[in-house]
Amino acid sequence: MRASIIVFPGSNCDRDAQVAIESVTGGTPTMVWHRDSNLPDTDLIVLPGGFAHGDYLRCGAIAAHSPIMKDVVRRAEAGTPVLAICNGFQVAIEAGLLPGALVRNANLKFICKPVHLRVENTHTPFTHMYDEDEVILLPIANHDGNYMADADTLAELTDQGRIVLRYCDSAGAVTEAANPNGSAMNIAGIANAERTILGMMPHPERFVDEALGGDYGRSVFGSLMGALA
Amino acid sequence: MDLSNRPLAEIASEHGLSDQEFDLVITLLGREPNLTELGIFSVMWSEHCSYKSSKRWLKTLPTEAPWVICGPGENAGIVDIGDGQAAVFKMESHNHPSFIEPYQGAATGVGGILRDVFTMGARPVANMNALRFGAADHPRTRHLLAGVVAGIGGYGNCIGVPTVGGETNFHPAYNGNILVNAMTVGIADTDKIFYSAASGLGYPVVYVGSKTGRDGIHGATMASAEFDDDSEEKRPTVQVGDPFTEKLLLEACLELMATDAIVGIQDMGAAGLTCSTVEMADKGGVGVELNLDQVPTRETGMSAYEVMLSESQERMLMVLHPGKEALAQSIFEKWELDFAIVGQLTETERLVLKMDGATVADIPIRPLVDAAPDYDRPYNQVAAPAAMAPDDSAPPNDIADALATLMATPDQADKSWIWTQYDYSVMADTIQPPGGDAAVVRVHGTGKALAISTDCTPRYCLADPHQGAAQAVAECWRNLTAVGARPLAITDCLNFGNPERPEIMGQIVGSIQGMGEACRALDFPVVSGNVSLYNETNGKAILPTPAIGGVGLLADAAKMVKIGLAEAGYAVLLIGVTTGHLGQSLYLREVLGREDGPPPPVDLEIERRNGDFVRGLAESGRLQACHDLSDGGLIVGLAEMSLAGGVGVEIQAAPDDLPLHAWLFAEDQARYLVAVRVDAASDIMAEAATADVAATQIATTGGEDLTLRGAFTISLERLRQAHECWLPDLMAAPREETKATQ
Repeated sequence: MRASIIVFPGSNCDRDAQVAIESVTGGTPTMVWHRDSNLPDTDLIVLPGGFAHGDYLRCGAIAAHSPIMKDVVRRAEAGTPVLAICNGFQVAIEAGLLPGALVRNANLKFICKPVHLRVENTHTPFTHMYDEDEVILLPIANHDGNYMADADTLAELTDQGRIVLRYCDSAGAVTEAANPNGSAMNIAGIANAERTILGMMPHPERFVDEALGGDYGRSVFGSLMGALA
Repeated sequence: MDLSNRPLAEIASEHGLSDQEFDLVITLLGREPNLTELGIFSVMWSEHCSYKSSKRWLKTLPTEAPWVICGPGENAGIVDIGDGQAAVFKMESHNHPSFIEPYQGAATGVGGILRDVFTMGARPVANMNALRFGAADHPRTRHLLAGVVAGIGGYGNCIGVPTVGGETNFHPAYNGNILVNAMTVGIADTDKIFYSAASGLGYPVVYVGSKTGRDGIHGATMASAEFDDDSEEKRPTVQVGDPFTEKLLLEACLELMATDAIVGIQDMGAAGLTCSTVEMADKGGVGVELNLDQVPTRETGMSAYEVMLSESQERMLMVLHPGKEALAQSIFEKWELDFAIVGQLTETERLVLKMDGATVADIPIRPLVDAAPDYDRPYNQVAAPAAMAPDDSAPPNDIADALATLMATPDQADKSWIWTQYDYSVMADTIQPPGGDAAVVRVHGTGKALAISTDCTPRYCLADPHQGAAQAVAECWRNLTAVGARPLAITDCLNFGNPERPEIMGQIVGSIQGMGEACRALDFPVVSGNVSLYNETNGKAILPTPAIGGVGLLADAAKMVKIGLAEAGYAVLLIGVTTGHLGQSLYLREVLGREDGPPPPVDLEIERRNGDFVRGLAESGRLQACHDLSDGGLIVGLAEMSLAGGVGVEIQAAPDDLPLHAWLFAEDQARYLVAVRVDAASDIMAEAATADVAATQIATTGGEDLTLRGAFTISLERLRQAHECWLPDLMAAPREETKATQ
């Protein structure tokens, strides 16, 4: 699997994504500088976490206009899978690849902790190694992870099975108490209609090793390797 | 400040220079200084930059060991961690600015200490902190706590360096002067370490990073004076941080450092361009000429005085090998940072500043540095408090209630409200997040790991600075040991009141002596640090707070030990001797309302023997869990182990030669609790006896309570409630509630 990781000024999970992909797939991703205009031949594009352009103006807003994003959008529209994690999810939304918005967490604070998630859709290249409705644990680390969209969009996401991950309790119940940041419908991750783009606030690349607190994230990269082999 | 047409001596005094110091300036220059020169002398001779009240005592600290690569005097200390790698670390205070403007004060404290580490060629891998606030019900405490935590998180999270741990205390003595001590640990290759000495006549002096603005002028001077009721007016002296720019600066510097372009490099921290230029030139024994017209500025019309004294953040000064300017420039331009050749090295050994074609300052560098005052301030040795027997303190009405009280007391309560606002898992190497005895991060790409802990028990230091400071070092060493690491070295942040008062100077002297004794006995040298004095408001000083930041090495990260009791059916052994020492204990203060008696004595020989024994057990893989004992004693330690693992514990037997409460709550030093397999317990105790280490089986794991038959039972649920609710409840309480207690 040939993966390309976009590096924006202020990206800070680019190396973590690189290490995780190497550890799961054995392949070394290409790091692509945001000012390049063309991606190399690639099977997967990763928009990594961090604070691209300092999150100034609005999270992801400036990064969405980086030169490389034209080619990212073009390839994504042509079907190349895009994994957009945390700040990358914000960039993907600003670039119009995914609907909705990510706003300040309901408690107005940065939140860093492992959270339980229910895998709502395993029919995607990112999640097919999980069991249907499997409860997994992944860390979140963000200030602006509160997913919002208008009622029509939420209905469309639901009807089309595009809600891929939702915050839940350890038993898998999707409750208000299990919602860390006020996200609509406890949404932690969504896909585009074609299921080729996944935006998610939790960090699968940080949970690829029991020593780090869990290895539930491995299946995201394992799924991709399986789907793209 | 209106500086025109006023006697120079008066302006000097406003800059914090004493009459004698001002006379010395005139003698050194052979003439009266101009305003720019006066400003330069005043910051270089400020307490913050010159250590003029502490340096003769700091010199007594041990700074060497076979594994020390670089001790104090550089931007950070460096120790060898094997395989051609080094750990680079330092702790620094940002107390005064954080009290005035908590978010920016704390944020720029983090930014400054990060730069100290990456300026030496290391990639920062962990941030820590040591925080002290006023009483929880003081009207400013919540505002300051919320702002400081947001500032630390705001900077560290953005730059992408995990904040992996720290400590937080509350005490009314900090009502008017909070302490924000930030520590950074980085990793470098031993053959790619960069120092600050400038050399090479004619070599270019290069400025990189952010532009220079009018912010932070007089920051170092402000940090060298007491507060009064008008301290709010000092807000303009606080710098404003930009972690995004720092991230770019970090990556650009590391990219340039991978080449062979740099001769010397130093970050611009306190006293900005002045301090970095003077220190680099002094260390290299050269002169330097700067053309201030070339310094990138944020606004027009800045005077030489302002350019030299600005403490704008995210700036670096470097000397390059000639011919490497274009390479360096291309890297900094890639990262969209300013790059300017602002001068060159000269053979004059003088600092010469030019602006608009005129010479605006001309100062001999050696005297500016070497003639900095070095005061032998009078001090009163603090008398050791009278001894206190275990039965000098009343037992509690109910042990379970007393334990619940301690678990919910400000110093002891769970601090996850704080550390969940820090990104502690970025870089994906944090294997012991906040909540353990020491934080542990893997050395990326290796099987090794670094353990890090910050420690100080200020109430001990107030009662007996010598014992208290020795205890801080010993506890740090113990915390590193408890996770299985070999302690290597410390950095320190020495926070005290006004050194011109003999009783405060007595605290400083006693603390440094106690630290030195402990560092020598434990082979735990001091490799970097910082001193913060004048932490007083209206004549009231803080508790003496010599904060210790220690770093240890785990040769095999897989051997790391955690504190949580993970399974039922394990034996819990107490390592070390319990004499029932309750002087200055948390029990005494929080349950009986007394702050008296001596702190627990530190026996460094026993400390070392017990610690080496415990580390041996960890290395042999026989510890299911391990926890050092400190605040609250044995019973609080057990409660923390139970809560961390979710498994209860039954104490089998308490000794009959001590009052029960003294056994449970005593804060005797050099003690650990370890959980081991039941069938291994007797062998381990036999080995302990051979090693002359006290080890007793005191409990067995299991159930959902913490219990001692016939004495007390408390459920983990109650303990958890008590432990975890205090801080969130405090921070969520309506404003009026805390106002009422003003």
